[in-house]
Amino acid sequence: MSRKQKRVLYRILVAFFLLITACLLPTKGILRLLSFIIPYLAVGYDVIFSAVRNILHGQMLDEKFLMTAATIGAFLLREHTEGVAVMLFYQVGELFQSIAVGRSRRSIAALMDIRPDTAVVLREGIETEVFPDEVEIGEIIVIRPGERVPLDGIITEGATTLSMAALTGESLPIDAIVGDRATSGSVNLTGLIYVKTESEFAESTVSRILELVENSAEKKAKVESFITRFARVYTPAVVIGALLLAIFPPLFVGGWAKWINRALVFLVVSCPCALVISVPLSFFGGIGGASRKGILIKGATYMEVLAKVRTVAFDKTGTLTKGTFNVTEIKAVSGSESELLSLAASAESHSNHPIAEPIVSAYREKPDMPESVTELSGLGVEALVGGAKICVGNRRLMESIGVEPIEPDAIGTAVHVAKNGEYLGHIVISDVVKPDAAKAIAVLSSLGIKKTVMLTGDKKEVGESVAKKLGVNEVIAELLPKDKVSRVEGLLAESSPLAFVGDGINDAPVLSRADVGIAMGALGSDAAIEAADIVLMDDKPTKVAEAIKISRKTVRIVKENIIFSLMVKGAVLLLGALGIAGMWLAIFADVGVMVLAILNAMRAMK
Amino acid sequence: MKKTFKLEDLECAHCAAKMETEINKIEGVVSSRVVFITQKLIIEADDARFDEIMKECVKICRRIEPDCRIIM
Repeated sequence: MSRKQKRVLYRILVAFFLLITACLLPTKGILRLLSFIIPYLAVGYDVIFSAVRNILHGQMLDEKFLMTAATIGAFLLREHTEGVAVMLFYQVGELFQSIAVGRSRRSIAALMDIRPDTAVVLREGIETEVFPDEVEIGEIIVIRPGERVPLDGIITEGATTLSMAALTGESLPIDAIVGDRATSGSVNLTGLIYVKTESEFAESTVSRILELVENSAEKKAKVESFITRFARVYTPAVVIGALLLAIFPPLFVGGWAKWINRALVFLVVSCPCALVISVPLSFFGGIGGASRKGILIKGATYMEVLAKVRTVAFDKTGTLTKGTFNVTEIKAVSGSESELLSLAASAESHSNHPIAEPIVSAYREKPDMPESVTELSGLGVEALVGGAKICVGNRRLMESIGVEPIEPDAIGTAVHVAKNGEYLGHIVISDVVKPDAAKAIAVLSSLGIKKTVMLTGDKKEVGESVAKKLGVNEVIAELLPKDKVSRVEGLLAESSPLAFVGDGINDAPVLSRADVGIAMGALGSDAAIEAADIVLMDDKPTKVAEAIKISRKTVRIVKENIIFSLMVKGAVLLLGALGIAGMWLAIFADVGVMVLAILNAMRAMK
Repeated sequence: MKKTFKLEDLECAHCAAKMETEINKIEGVVSSRVVFITQKLIIEADDARFDEIMKECVKICRRIEPDCRIIM
């Protein structure tokens, strides 16, 4: 509690005891009125003061003015206890609101407390502590165990484990050695490391994340704009209702005091505070909570759309699959499989072709140097390894040297190997499906997502086999990059809202065209962060389902608050007009509802 | 020019909405947003009139929520 809040609390407590004393004192007449005015002024003098000031500024329908009017009205009707109580509870509500808002501001700030304060930079052999934004690209920074990595870079010395928990929500730390990337915002757990910086602080991962989440509060959700518009109409309408109620019925049936009392009930419930405060609080809480799980949402509007999404379209490569090629099958027709791989690795060891790297890395050992290598464009390579002529390549290469290759059963790219004109066997290289891809699709359909679509440039068989393995509903295969947007537009027309999930490479136009564009593992790609509405810090497709769950929960909380507040206020207005609900119920409808709505809103953060 | 200012002691969400509406009415303001949660005023306005516009903003802020200050 701040000092200001403490002072209000003391005033409330003092006024409360004075009120009880006033009720118990056997005073009469003017003395009794005085004994109630003391606690009234003690708790509400600042409210009355600002009410007067606001009238002078021309702010008639300010809540402080309305509260002052309602309480003075109660005094005039000789309902002293109610008059003081309304002011007392109004202040309790304000105090609670201020504490709750302060607390959620702080806990949202704590969620994003990944900003490093200092960096230790090695300059002329001396370790100097500086602000992170003073470190230049290419300098060496020193990070001790327990410290946060201040800037992005590559480890040049040392080995450690890094906790990415604050960035991706992944609690399992990762090992990092020389040559690995250290991402700013991660925490160095075990060993001293030296890191060569690769970006300035303003461009670093941690600065980007903070900027993105902070800016997210700028974009108003549709429902928030609606509530603001509603609030602008609600207060004047209720006040006019109060005036009508105070004037017209008594003209016909009499009983001024009774009707004015009912009108005062209206004034007490005329503030739409609960709604105005709980809607943005819920959304920002949801955005903050999501960011802790490595899901960065650029604005509340995207949460609203994501909560309603019916179709999720995935780009295959890099999203559902790792996007890196691996050897998935080795089949030797003659000789051993290890000999086959060893020869292929030697022959490919100097090649730049995309299939060379997975073969060489699958071999794990250092391949024998080939005596000579000839690259045969569109076919493969021909190399002399240990005196033997080795051909590694596709079917056409085999046929051109008069060898009949055997086609593999597995889906992927087949690389055939022949030695001195004799067929040895083949190696199958294919993109590897991410371990949680199938689970991601299953969770999506359990969430009631009508359709999951996979877009790929691969051949139909490859695409269909992957889709079947994962349980994706529809495959659009053999897709040229330029056709992606038009195909997604087709899907948009069929069943929207549609979320498109891509890895951010080449799909920026699609990300911005979809109702919600989700870029994953995209911290390296500026274009993707720019184009996407939601950025997933790591590359797990299950995070898509998680994002939908968080959005739905947040939107549900917002709806609960709106419906609950409006129903209670509506009911109290109705019962108040009929004379059933008195001041006490009105106080509950105002303060109680706001307190409950704020408490409910804070659930969105979890 | 687009600038962001911190709002100190912005305690009332309803007032934040009112301030935003009024600031948007100032001549030369392209767009403005008063963000209650992060206690920020984001304003995009005419360069030539920017200082005058900010003076107006301070006035509006003082009128609607007297305790709240724009940190400049």
